[in-house]
Amino acid sequence: MIEQLAIFSENKPGKLERITAALSEAGVNSRAMHAASLGDMGVVKIVVDRPEEAYEALAGQGTVRKIPALAVRVPDRPGGLHEVTAALTRASVNIENASGFPVSGGEAILILEVADVPAAERLLEEAGFGVLEAEEFSEAVGGP
Amino acid sequence: MALEDLYDPTEALNPEALERLQTDRLRWTVAQAARSPHYGKLFAERGLDPESIRELDDLRHFPLTEKQDLRDSYPFGFLAVPKDEVVRLHHSSGTTGTATAVCHTAGDVERWADLVARCLHMVGLRRGDVFQNMMSYGLFTGGLGLHYGAEKLGAFVIPMGAGNSRRQIEFMGIFGTTAMHIIPSYAMALLGTCEEMGVEPRSLPLRFAVGGAEPYSEGTRTRLQEAWGIPFHNCYGLSEMCGPGVAFECPVQQGLHLWEDAYLGEVIDPETGDRVVDGEEGELVLTSLTREAMPLIRYRTRDLTSFTPGPCPCGRTHRRLSRIQGRTDDMFIVRGVNIFPLQIERVLMSMPQVGRNYVIVLDREGYADRLTVRVELNADVFFGELEQLQSLRERMADRLRREIMVRPRIELVEPGTIPRQEGKAVRVIDERKD
Repeated sequence: MIEQLAIFSENKPGKLERITAALSEAGVNSRAMHAASLGDMGVVKIVVDRPEEAYEALAGQGTVRKIPALAVRVPDRPGGLHEVTAALTRASVNIENASGFPVSGGEAILILEVADVPAAERLLEEAGFGVLEAEEFSEAVGGP
Repeated sequence: MALEDLYDPTEALNPEALERLQTDRLRWTVAQAARSPHYGKLFAERGLDPESIRELDDLRHFPLTEKQDLRDSYPFGFLAVPKDEVVRLHHSSGTTGTATAVCHTAGDVERWADLVARCLHMVGLRRGDVFQNMMSYGLFTGGLGLHYGAEKLGAFVIPMGAGNSRRQIEFMGIFGTTAMHIIPSYAMALLGTCEEMGVEPRSLPLRFAVGGAEPYSEGTRTRLQEAWGIPFHNCYGLSEMCGPGVAFECPVQQGLHLWEDAYLGEVIDPETGDRVVDGEEGELVLTSLTREAMPLIRYRTRDLTSFTPGPCPCGRTHRRLSRIQGRTDDMFIVRGVNIFPLQIERVLMSMPQVGRNYVIVLDREGYADRLTVRVELNADVFFGELEQLQSLRERMADRLRREIMVRPRIELVEPGTIPRQEGKAVRVIDERKD
């Protein structure tokens, strides 16, 4: 299980820039970013290599929460993603949000938000998938 | 109530004796008022004679005095003493029209200080207390009014005035402030300053606060009391009647005792001018009973309140006013519906998801009025999902619609982003161009 960050933000020019500036200042590497909006406001979600430091950097200037997510290592080839979603479907687990990115070694990391993270984690591990813990995740996605 | 606990035995005077005192003072006040150009002319025109007052009810024959009368007679039309007997001027800001000027004799200032001392004594201020007064000094009555009363009790008074938030908190620590006098919305804003400075408000040596100068909801009071860890006592007053200290809340916190030996109160229907029964809301009308420089007869305060029926458990016999529900001046109209800002505040402050500040914005969409309530989100309740914000916004709009009959647009904004005022909060921004 890893932690991603969710930031409440008004939908105005400069709001996203403020977030990226704080992360850059803290020397945190962000690997995925997702903004969902309701018109005048929204929630920005980011996946970073060091969530604790990113949280500290952002907490000083906004409303930010840590939310749990799954980081699953999959082979970076056609069908790699499908194997994971198929396993979750068989267990009737609903995926609320998903993103992913390639890492070195011909692999990709898939970020999944589900209602019951620990249960989904057990299930995927039992099915033989590599589910990353926070430290492994930092190592795998950390900047140079 | 044991008499020795009272600052002044008059606070627990039996109703008959209180009425006799009021009747004598009313007769004196009407005679005194007749010396002013405004009332002298009015009484002569209407054939009103101060000697005709035999009982309190005779006051009914006198017309109401409006704020506009004060403006029309600006600056000295209500002055009932020679100008060289005046030692103090207070003056309204004039934000809602022409300004009003209020003059005081040395006796007025002395009696005012004594009433304020009575108020502060009632909630526990004594010699040895450190009283930090965060109201503006100067023409506004909030600063000097409480200052004199607190000094009279022998308290250690810090005349901070409003603003300079970090210094306010620093002084509390350095000088060991035990009581503060503060505008409620500013007390809310100072919590943010405490957070920035890493100061836990509950760890300060404060024992109680006096909140005044603007109407606020019971929900806001509850939040302030929890966050600061002390009781907030409500203070009511208006510059036309000296200033703060006209009515004040005792520790029971069920209404504000109107000091009836100094002010005669009536609650009327603002439309018809008829008196309403105790418990029913209306506009507060006051007659000063001891003012020398500018006595006012049946003055319409524009403040909405009601008399709380029944005696107060504290034992004081002076009748209580309910929490001020707003000013007739504050009311605004959206699509033909009358709305008071405090109705909106009541709903918002009952919701834990709401943060510390809000503002009401009125503008037009085409030809139709549009009501927007901009609300700071409480950071503690955000759990990171857009759906939560969406449903919160819906729920706020629904609950407000039930209260004010208009469904407002809700804008959720980040904590601390609505500009704070150091004086009275600006709750309504009206951008409608007529």
